[in-house]
Amino acid sequence: MSNKYIGQSVKRIEDKRFITGKGRYTDDIKLLGMTHAAFVRSPYAHAIVVSIDTSAAQDMPGVMAIFTGDDIKATGIVGVPTGWQVNFKNGDTMKEPPHPLLVATGSTVKHIGDPVAVIIAESYAAAVDAAEMVEVEWEDLPAVTDPMKATQEGATLVHEDAPGNLAFDWELGNPLSEVDQAISESAHVTSLEFVNQRLVPNAIEPRAYIGQYDEVSDKYTLYTSTQNPHLIRLLMCAFVLGIPEHKVRVLGPDVGGGFGSKIYHYTEEALVTWASKQINRPIKWTETRSEAFQLDAHGRDHVTKAEMGFDADGNIKALRIKTFANLGAYLSTFAPAVPTYLHGTLLQGLYTTPKIHIDLQAVFTHTVAVDAYRGAGRPEATYLLERLVDLAALEMGKDPIQLRKQNFIPAFDGVDQPGYQTQVALQYDSGNYHGVVDKAMEMLGYEEFRRMQKEASQNGKLLGVGFSTYIEACGIAPSAVVGALGARAGLYESAQVRVQPTGKVSVYSGSHSHGQGHETTFAQIVADKFGIPMEDVDIIHGDSDAVAFGMGTYGSRSLAVGGSAIVKSIDKVLEKGAKIAAHKLECSEDDLEFDEGKWTVKGTDKSISFGDVALTAYVPHVYPQGLEPGLDFASFYDPTNFTYPFGCHIAVVEVDKETGKVKLNRFIAVDDVGNVINPMIVDGQIHGGLAQGIGQALLEGAIYDENGQLINASYMDYAMPRADDLPMFELGRQETPCPHNPLGVKGAGEAGCIGSTPAVVNAVIDALWSGGHKVKDIMMPLTPERVWTAMQQ
Amino acid sequence: MAQITVKVNGKEHTSEVEPRLLLSHYLRDVLNLTGTHIGCDTSSCGSCTIHMDGMAVKSCSILAVQADGSEVTTIEGLATNGQLHPVQEGFKECHGLQCGFCTTGMIMSAADFLNQNPDPTEAEIRHALEGNFCRCTGYHNIVRSVQWAANAMSEGVIE
Repeated sequence: MSNKYIGQSVKRIEDKRFITGKGRYTDDIKLLGMTHAAFVRSPYAHAIVVSIDTSAAQDMPGVMAIFTGDDIKATGIVGVPTGWQVNFKNGDTMKEPPHPLLVATGSTVKHIGDPVAVIIAESYAAAVDAAEMVEVEWEDLPAVTDPMKATQEGATLVHEDAPGNLAFDWELGNPLSEVDQAISESAHVTSLEFVNQRLVPNAIEPRAYIGQYDEVSDKYTLYTSTQNPHLIRLLMCAFVLGIPEHKVRVLGPDVGGGFGSKIYHYTEEALVTWASKQINRPIKWTETRSEAFQLDAHGRDHVTKAEMGFDADGNIKALRIKTFANLGAYLSTFAPAVPTYLHGTLLQGLYTTPKIHIDLQAVFTHTVAVDAYRGAGRPEATYLLERLVDLAALEMGKDPIQLRKQNFIPAFDGVDQPGYQTQVALQYDSGNYHGVVDKAMEMLGYEEFRRMQKEASQNGKLLGVGFSTYIEACGIAPSAVVGALGARAGLYESAQVRVQPTGKVSVYSGSHSHGQGHETTFAQIVADKFGIPMEDVDIIHGDSDAVAFGMGTYGSRSLAVGGSAIVKSIDKVLEKGAKIAAHKLECSEDDLEFDEGKWTVKGTDKSISFGDVALTAYVPHVYPQGLEPGLDFASFYDPTNFTYPFGCHIAVVEVDKETGKVKLNRFIAVDDVGNVINPMIVDGQIHGGLAQGIGQALLEGAIYDENGQLINASYMDYAMPRADDLPMFELGRQETPCPHNPLGVKGAGEAGCIGSTPAVVNAVIDALWSGGHKVKDIMMPLTPERVWTAMQQ
Repeated sequence: MAQITVKVNGKEHTSEVEPRLLLSHYLRDVLNLTGTHIGCDTSSCGSCTIHMDGMAVKSCSILAVQADGSEVTTIEGLATNGQLHPVQEGFKECHGLQCGFCTTGMIMSAADFLNQNPDPTEAEIRHALEGNFCRCTGYHNIVRSVQWAANAMSEGVIE
């Protein structure tokens, strides 16, 4: 062990290729004989595919092949599956209608962009030209896009076998009767009915796939812009195409952002893979941004009624939630888990609320699938809790921070003090919630702000401050636990640490890096643990043939789970290395200590370096009897619990009285993500999360009209934060180590996105109250028009 | 088909192109300069920004035939004699990138901006980059990267 790199803001290894244009994303790859695909997609949200005529398209120049839904149906391929099964309250099996690769004639398309045919041609332009010549006869049907309306009697059905458009219903927490009673006995009840609007993830790299088939080896290769190559291989081979896994190599090269949207197994991945064998040529498909808006799984989309009961002293006594979660037309890979096990289980928040109940309806609509988008369920839980608490403070005339603190779970380290058992299934690992709040308040200068706010209000200006405290469950996840909750896979991670004969190290990780900087962070750990320079370590990921297995990157899990797997392999290397060192130094292993890259006989100057031990392992002339040559270990790490990062976010806004425009003046975030390996990278993760969370509060929102048209499906219409929409962020940090993984880390990918949204909305509400506008809620995004309208009431 | 001659990163290329071919596709698909990325279809994201005759432009908003006779610099040609441009250095020094996809266009925009305004305020930097989307960084470190480059250029640390 050395302490050269861990905890240091080491500049990223991966940057050199990206700043020089040498990154290699899927769309950058050209294969010999490569063809291009374009899809014929539904312009309707709900319609019967009466007939398809491809004859004119067949005659277009450059067309190689055309496949329709009928062709796929004839093969027996049913479609892509979901990865979770959450059953109805009464035990009935979740409704899981098929999600076909292409919709066949006689069947119905179920959202805008649902594909009915694919054209494969010598060039992309030729494929698009031919796609326009395909004649489809549609019978347009009424559509339903709102999750509450979809459950009402007489609503159009998305799937005939899902009555009431329910995929499942679900509940969690204390018995409803106890919660009802606690609410009715409360001295004050704060209630809100609101929409947590639908968001489009919008990774800047559109999805891209290349399928390739080699008839000699009967082996397929899929290049894919994915967050988890092995998971795609598993789903595609075992559940879609029925190809043996060893006959498929999945490569995830450089990937231009994911934020959840590239976790899932999409129909086009399976289609280009399957079709590459049919035409015996590689096939590339890269979606347009318009397709990305229509097809990449969206996030959030909850309609919620929330009530929080307090006693006369302001202690939270009960929380009652009823939520309609829109899952879209088909169940995406993680979709059933998001409103349930990533949302319902977080409703304890940081508070000691003794009675909690959530009732959830998971609803099909004629919209694209909703699945995990950065934070996934936890932003929705945080939003409802933090809006309720802030509003309760305003209603009861209490200070919002004092109200929170009096209800906080006291600090516990998870070692000497036990973890905190919530009312909603989870056991928090370690936490010091007062600590992050105190730090954030100090950065804010609370009293000074309130003085300024008062002064501003006298001058006719509206200043506001909004708070948000959050906890999340990440480092996903113990396999046995998620298995019991309906996951169809384990959520461990694998890592292989291969020490080469010269002492250089190749690490094969099942985590996939698409912006997170694994090539740097993981190398920092390996270099310090072995006491070698970082230049001697290479991180390999994104190749199912090179890496043993992997569950991929999402749920802020790479370091907590993937990093822990690496540590396990490192420990095995050091254990074997000690045996070799002891033999060479003619002593007992117990007499050795490993430090700064060498084993030393305690109390002497006799030592052997890491490199010499590596060489000995591969040239085992003088070698312990019975010990295998080589220094190469693989490990699987399955966590024993989730990790629980937490923090406090504060937004300071000014609202323009005349126009309703909100200006975000300051944003303070104090996050506790456990131990930190690379502070620069962690800060960067927080920054990006903040921008997305602030974007939800002020700018973003996907809008389907009542016919199911996605009316803002372009960057011209969907407002994503640009550079001049945001201030410089003020970050602070507290480090409460995770007690149950070897690095003590919790995960930083989603924190910014989880905490920030309610802070901004609370700040705007605070600003309005300071001017006498006692507004309870404004629907996100808080556009000038909505804020102005709220002020007029 | 039309014949065009374009000087790209100092080297002259003569090609037969379809009149409808966008410059972004010409650079990527014909010249294999894949550092210029395509992130949208409405000229909104800025990922495809290059320099044409010394000015930053979105290469998806120009036809290849319009670039006939022009001098083009892409991210692959921004470094000179093996020395990274200060903006490239700034992005590495200040963690101005994560996934890297918007980065090349962002660097090309920022480099042109600093030519026009060598000593910008934070607000001016933010305004100048509003034509380039980044979904990873929240722009915080991008702004710092551009500030770093402005300082480096004014102090003559680099160049």
